[in-house]
Amino acid sequence: MMRTTFSGFRLEPRSHLPRHINWTVPIGSFFAALFAGALLLLVTGQNPISVYQRILERAFLDTGSLSGTLIAATPLLFTGLCAAVAFRVGFFNIGGEGQFYIGAIFSSGIALALGRDAQVWIAIPAMIIAGALGGALWAAIPGVLRAYLRTNEIITSLMLNYIAGVIAVYLIFESSSFWRDLEGTGKMFPKGKVIPEVAFWPEYGIGSLVVPFGFVLGIATAAWIAVLQRRTRFGYEMRVVGGAPTTARYAGMRPGRVIVAVAAVSGALAGLGGAASVGNFRHILDPKGMQQSGFGYAGIVVAALARLNPVAVIFVSIIIGGITNAGYALQGPDFPSGLVGILEGLILFCTLGGEVLMRYRVVRTRGVSSNVVGAQ
Amino acid sequence: MNDNLFIVVFAAAIYYGTPLVYAALGEILAERSGVINLGVEGMMLLGAVGACWVATSIDGPAGLVLPIAVIAAMLFAAGGALIHAFLTITLRVNQIISGLALTIFAGVAGVSSYLAGLWDLGQSPVANQFGRMDLFGWGDLPVLGPILFNQTLLTYISWLLVVLTSIYIFRTRWGLQLRAVGESPQTADSVGVAVQRSRYLHVLAGGAFAGIAGACFSLSILPTWQNGMTLGQGWIALALVIFGFWRPDLMLVGAYLFGGLSSLRYTLQARGVEIPQLFLDSLPYVMTIVVLVVVSNSAARRQLGAPAALGKPYEREER
Repeated sequence: MMRTTFSGFRLEPRSHLPRHINWTVPIGSFFAALFAGALLLLVTGQNPISVYQRILERAFLDTGSLSGTLIAATPLLFTGLCAAVAFRVGFFNIGGEGQFYIGAIFSSGIALALGRDAQVWIAIPAMIIAGALGGALWAAIPGVLRAYLRTNEIITSLMLNYIAGVIAVYLIFESSSFWRDLEGTGKMFPKGKVIPEVAFWPEYGIGSLVVPFGFVLGIATAAWIAVLQRRTRFGYEMRVVGGAPTTARYAGMRPGRVIVAVAAVSGALAGLGGAASVGNFRHILDPKGMQQSGFGYAGIVVAALARLNPVAVIFVSIIIGGITNAGYALQGPDFPSGLVGILEGLILFCTLGGEVLMRYRVVRTRGVSSNVVGAQ
Repeated sequence: MNDNLFIVVFAAAIYYGTPLVYAALGEILAERSGVINLGVEGMMLLGAVGACWVATSIDGPAGLVLPIAVIAAMLFAAGGALIHAFLTITLRVNQIISGLALTIFAGVAGVSSYLAGLWDLGQSPVANQFGRMDLFGWGDLPVLGPILFNQTLLTYISWLLVVLTSIYIFRTRWGLQLRAVGESPQTADSVGVAVQRSRYLHVLAGGAFAGIAGACFSLSILPTWQNGMTLGQGWIALALVIFGFWRPDLMLVGAYLFGGLSSLRYTLQARGVEIPQLFLDSLPYVMTIVVLVVVSNSAARRQLGAPAALGKPYEREER
């Protein structure tokens, strides 16, 4: 019987992986995504050059734009680390979004509870710890379920995003909770109570650039994660459990414990993002604002483009933060809505595809072959 | 009165469960062939925007516009599925991340919103909608009539498709090949089944089904455009596949269970039943987690398990 092979080429693994893959794949996929996005803009009657030019200006070039970019990059840095740490171990934590919300709820709660008489050096560390703790607890749920009951963490962590969203909305819009501002305009329009000024996170001016404390904390955290992964016993266990769970068990490690620990660390990182967002920028619990930003999901894009490397996450968060920032600044009739998600999705697609093209060689097949569905 | 509430809740369960049926049915086909597609939520939104666009921009009788709108929904969503199919089947990338990418690309802040903005959708309800109709003339039956036979055409078609898909998977030669591809692609390949082609076709079919699920929202439930209008139902559909052990009939039961849970907030509130909002809103999501925990117990898994090659790319050279 004649067999129809599906496509006119096949992929052959390269015997030798080039070292430049670490930066060629991300850079190549980034520009490939921009190109694909440009095609989409062209087809739908937009001028890609002027759209991209405006993104570039609003993200990095205009005065003050880089400060705005860092505001978007700060939460992305944390949620990017959240995804990078978990995906490394094969724990697909898609719950960064919900862990971010819970972090924001915890940290704004502690800041409100401590009140305006608290010391700065107590209020801010308390927010950091509360945010990390909230995120860690929320992420521990899918972690424990996966480790001990073998429940798929992708769907459970995702469902917890929606539940966290419902909780945050409830606290502000559907109850007279501690988080809600019940005085002044807050009586008419539901909104969060502003945290006391002592709990506002500082900002550092470098010339015209404003660097939020949260971003500095994020860089320090990324460095700490890098050390944790490469230089500690826990990092070693993470690598083994991620690469070969059976081997890990034979070596006397406890994969279940490692997974729960990774889940908690990953959630703590997203929770820190929520704390930074409250402490540095919003100063209130703002459920709708958080849901619109979707920093948790965008963190997955950041992690993938950074090839799950914590230090690379810092730089990628600035790039994706720039696109996000431009998306906010340019909302309006002549800037298409939805473009940020399109670019993020395309970047992910291209990173995945680019990774394969670097690892394999494309070899044309000869003989009986027929192209069926768009395999080119 | 109590009787009445019972009927309302059950009828709503079927009405709101219908998009879940389509989406999960499509995902069953894709996963049976060995490909997980986490892009269901994104594909549903693509389908919803495609259907809404046709229903808004074409004037004509419902009998003409609605079929075109549904076909548009299927094509839009299948277009999204094609990206996933190419990346996961031909390039063999990680199926989880590719599916997530599809949802980000197509989802709330992506293509679906972009197209809706471009076409200025969502200003008013669509002119042609799938309304409730008594197709078989059984709407007057006591209890069953208002529950089962006062639904939209989309629901009646979904029943037909559940039956046909069940027969296809378990009673036909092609279905046998599909299961072989999902369980052991090497074996399937060695007896002459075109593994890659089978996977492409079923992932695309899964996309088309998700598109109809989206059309349920923009042509019947809402019925207009709203960014992110599917509200995570695509993810619940993914859980339903596991809940139904990859079988269409069991999945249908689950879909109506979740349809009922999602609709409780509307049905109970309209009747003044006092239940905290927080509880009602989070109930479908909490139940999804609970159900997943229950079915992922290992004994159940061994008997009615997932396709063995689920999530694994197939390359011939590996043999």
